[in-house]
Amino acid sequence: MGLIGAVAVQGGQMALVLALAPALTGLVRKVKARLVRRQGAPLLQPYRDLWRLMRKEVVLAESASWLFRAAPYLIFAGTWVAAALVPTFATGLMFSWSADLIAIMALLGAARFFLALAGMDVGASFGGIGSSREVMIASIAEPAMLMIIFSLALLAGSTQLSTVASYMLSSNVGLRVTLALALVALMMVAIAENARIPVDNPATHLELTMVHEAMVLEYSGRHLAVIELAGFLKLLLYVSLIGCVFVPWGLAPAGAPVQAHLIGIAAYVGKLALAAVLLALFETAVAKMRLFRVPAFLGAAFMMAILGALLLFVSRGGLR
Amino acid sequence: MTPLVVLLGAAGGLLLLPLPTLALGQSGLGRWLTYGGATAVCAAALGVALRSLLLGEICEASLPLGLPWIGARFRLDPLASAFLVVVDLGGAFASLYALGYGRHEPEPSRVLPFYTPFLAAMMLVVLAADAFSFLVAWELMSVASWALAMAHHREPRNTQAGYVYLLMANFGALALLLCFGLLAGPSGAYAFDAIKAHPPTSATAALALGLTILGAGSKAGLVPLHVWLPLAHPAAPSHVSALMSGVMTKVAVYAFVRIVFDLVGAPAPWWAVAVLILGGLTAVTGVLQALMQRDLKRLLAYSTVENIGIVFVGLGLALAFRAAAMPLAAGLALTAALLHVFNHSLFKSLLFFGSGAVQSGAGRRDMDQLGGLIGRMPQTALAFLAGSVAISALPPLNGFVSEWLTFQAILLSPKLDPWSLKLAVPAVGAMLALAAALAAACFVKAFGLTFLGRPRTQAAKTAREVDGFSRAAMLGLVVLCLAAGVLPGFVIDTLAPVTRALVGGRMPAQAGQSWLTIVPIAEARSSYNGLLVLVFVTLSAGLCALAIHELASRRVRRAPAWDCGAPDPSPMTQYTADSFAQPIRRVFGTYVFAARERVETPAPGDLAPARFEAVDRDLIWETLYAPIAGAVTFAAERLNRLQFLTIRAYLGLVFLALVTLLLVLALWG
Repeated sequence: MGLIGAVAVQGGQMALVLALAPALTGLVRKVKARLVRRQGAPLLQPYRDLWRLMRKEVVLAESASWLFRAAPYLIFAGTWVAAALVPTFATGLMFSWSADLIAIMALLGAARFFLALAGMDVGASFGGIGSSREVMIASIAEPAMLMIIFSLALLAGSTQLSTVASYMLSSNVGLRVTLALALVALMMVAIAENARIPVDNPATHLELTMVHEAMVLEYSGRHLAVIELAGFLKLLLYVSLIGCVFVPWGLAPAGAPVQAHLIGIAAYVGKLALAAVLLALFETAVAKMRLFRVPAFLGAAFMMAILGALLLFVSRGGLR
Repeated sequence: MTPLVVLLGAAGGLLLLPLPTLALGQSGLGRWLTYGGATAVCAAALGVALRSLLLGEICEASLPLGLPWIGARFRLDPLASAFLVVVDLGGAFASLYALGYGRHEPEPSRVLPFYTPFLAAMMLVVLAADAFSFLVAWELMSVASWALAMAHHREPRNTQAGYVYLLMANFGALALLLCFGLLAGPSGAYAFDAIKAHPPTSATAALALGLTILGAGSKAGLVPLHVWLPLAHPAAPSHVSALMSGVMTKVAVYAFVRIVFDLVGAPAPWWAVAVLILGGLTAVTGVLQALMQRDLKRLLAYSTVENIGIVFVGLGLALAFRAAAMPLAAGLALTAALLHVFNHSLFKSLLFFGSGAVQSGAGRRDMDQLGGLIGRMPQTALAFLAGSVAISALPPLNGFVSEWLTFQAILLSPKLDPWSLKLAVPAVGAMLALAAALAAACFVKAFGLTFLGRPRTQAAKTAREVDGFSRAAMLGLVVLCLAAGVLPGFVIDTLAPVTRALVGGRMPAQAGQSWLTIVPIAEARSSYNGLLVLVFVTLSAGLCALAIHELASRRVRRAPAWDCGAPDPSPMTQYTADSFAQPIRRVFGTYVFAARERVETPAPGDLAPARFEAVDRDLIWETLYAPIAGAVTFAAERLNRLQFLTIRAYLGLVFLALVTLLLVLALWG
């Protein structure tokens, strides 16, 4: 194994997340459709959508600058690198030490920064609506995420995701209030970050409620395909993150034999499917909330995350 | 010749440079001499300071000036060298920028004679080794920067700004004067090594800390002493704004570090609590205020307040770890603070240069009258974009590294014992996280409104790219921001002698780490590699672009913007500074600004226009400064009566005063 194994795991993970991301979104859509007794588009529809978009010409607004054309690639690159560093089926990622959890979140923040700028580039008012709402949501979701990271890092004694995952696999975790708070907060942040119901509606075409869709309104053709793929990847990233921290079973440790990795991949696909079903159930059960209820929703996540971290600061034992 | 003599010579040269400039009069030669000379002197001083920092040299000198029994003492140690690097780097780039930008100055004789003494004063503050020289240099720095901020004194806002600045500068200097008086004691031992030799009692030390927070904090912009900063920094010409925001606030941080970490002696844990809470409040208030601005330079000035807050959080953590005798952790926290000082001086200078370029290229700096400059000023736009990414703490640029180190220091703090710290540190961590996220929102707004979209005015439509000197200065700073972001290990190692001298610990040596990773404590705990992140992002973006190029259709058609089928031809329908900030104002503003919004819609069929009104209040000004100003006015009006008495009444008053004093003396004895 050694170096070759590490390269294989890292490369395999990069290819795997890219290949599975559209399927995850497809599964969520399928389950949602079935839950409201529709047939729904086939599971592979997102792949076909991407392919169709890529074959189409790009209609570029006259006022669009180079930033508008470069942004999709930067957004995709930031998201893909972040997704490649979250352990999915094995912890022995070759480059996991190059960016810890804080840096992964900052990479997603950089992607969002460019997405918000791209929304403002054409100079149409809907892009401005999208960008200003997106940065408002991010301004509460990001600190909540950082407090969740604090909680995990204080427990595991590390901000490195592979170390956190190994700690969670070890027997000295136990049930902790902090972990429960962090899990709930993380799920709320994940819903907001991925523009899902009740924060934003990924299927909306009602202009005044759009956030994410308003920013990408002017995109078409291959640019839109790249942005869509980055969105799929982001959903997969958050599911992988919750999976690797809170349900780490099946993760192949570094240097494990090939069979362990195969089991890891199977477990990972199972986790993705389960997450897709749960997300679809949740999205079908709740209604989208008004935009200015979102701060209360995310503020609750922020408070829970702070409470979790605070509990660790004041409790005496168990810290590393 | 020791490096200290060279540096003092450089400062002296800068002090004397206005004389030949004045002799040259109004010709352009004076500008070339001032800015060219300042660039060369600062670059040379930068080299000397960097060399002594790397070698860890310590040297002292004494001049027969100042107080007769101690003279004017100067000392170059690692702390002074580190801050001299910041001062001279900022000075060199600002002077280079001004070689081009200074051409647009309407009244050069109001800028040139004060510019080089301002630079010299900042160098002398850092070099001074006795309280007297320190305060003289400090006051020279204040007065020179005041004169520069008043260069465009015909604008009514600027005179008010200058007045507030002068008051606050006097107040701060007074606090520092009292602080040094306390530390020196009745014997008048004003030399820094004499102060260090006799550590004060804990009560005196606490009082000195409070006075330093007032004195250095008011210059740095700590909330609630920051009120002058967003008024005065934007009033000055842009290269001076860059120096005031990027460098002078750092000199104030230097004063805080020198007094609290070096002179006062061992800290108590509650000091850290005070500094941490002040820092956290400063960060959040500063960035929220920045988000509400329309004026690009005021936005940048408020963002300086935020960054000073981040620096003080790092300093507070270092104090806490030092009080708990954890030198390694204290070294990490102090390194984070000093690295942020360095980083902020780079990107804030860059952003102020960009705002100056916008002002000279498009003739205005109100974001509601700009837009679309990315097409007309491509290089300025690129530089401003890099600065925005850096200040928003996004990888792989340098702002992220120092904030990341600060977070790593926070993660070490559960080991601290006092309960006040256990409660304060997570709260401050949350405030820091909030400030970081809001900073990104703030700079999406700044860059998006100024450079993206459609031009909102004719001036923005016909803007012109700036001259070569300005662009060279901006692009040079972009390169430094990138270098400090991907290779932060070198900067961290360079700061090691400073932290070792002040808190007795340092971060592990970074130069030996594989792949130039930075590792604050141990690799299993946390590590970050900006270089690899940059390489990965570049490779993935390139790979994606290549795949799209090969697989996808390459056809592009230009068409009018879609905008949901109803595009409005008027560029004024774009989002403005206020509308962009509206969601955030609605979320946070109710508490911070007591923001109120009022919508008046006429009844159906009524042709009256609909009205929207939003009111923000500056609660700090209203609750803290307005009462003080009111009390002063009240007292002045009462005392005014004394001016109009008869001669008999004056004689009576004099007699009464004499009798009272004699009585006091008699009773005392």
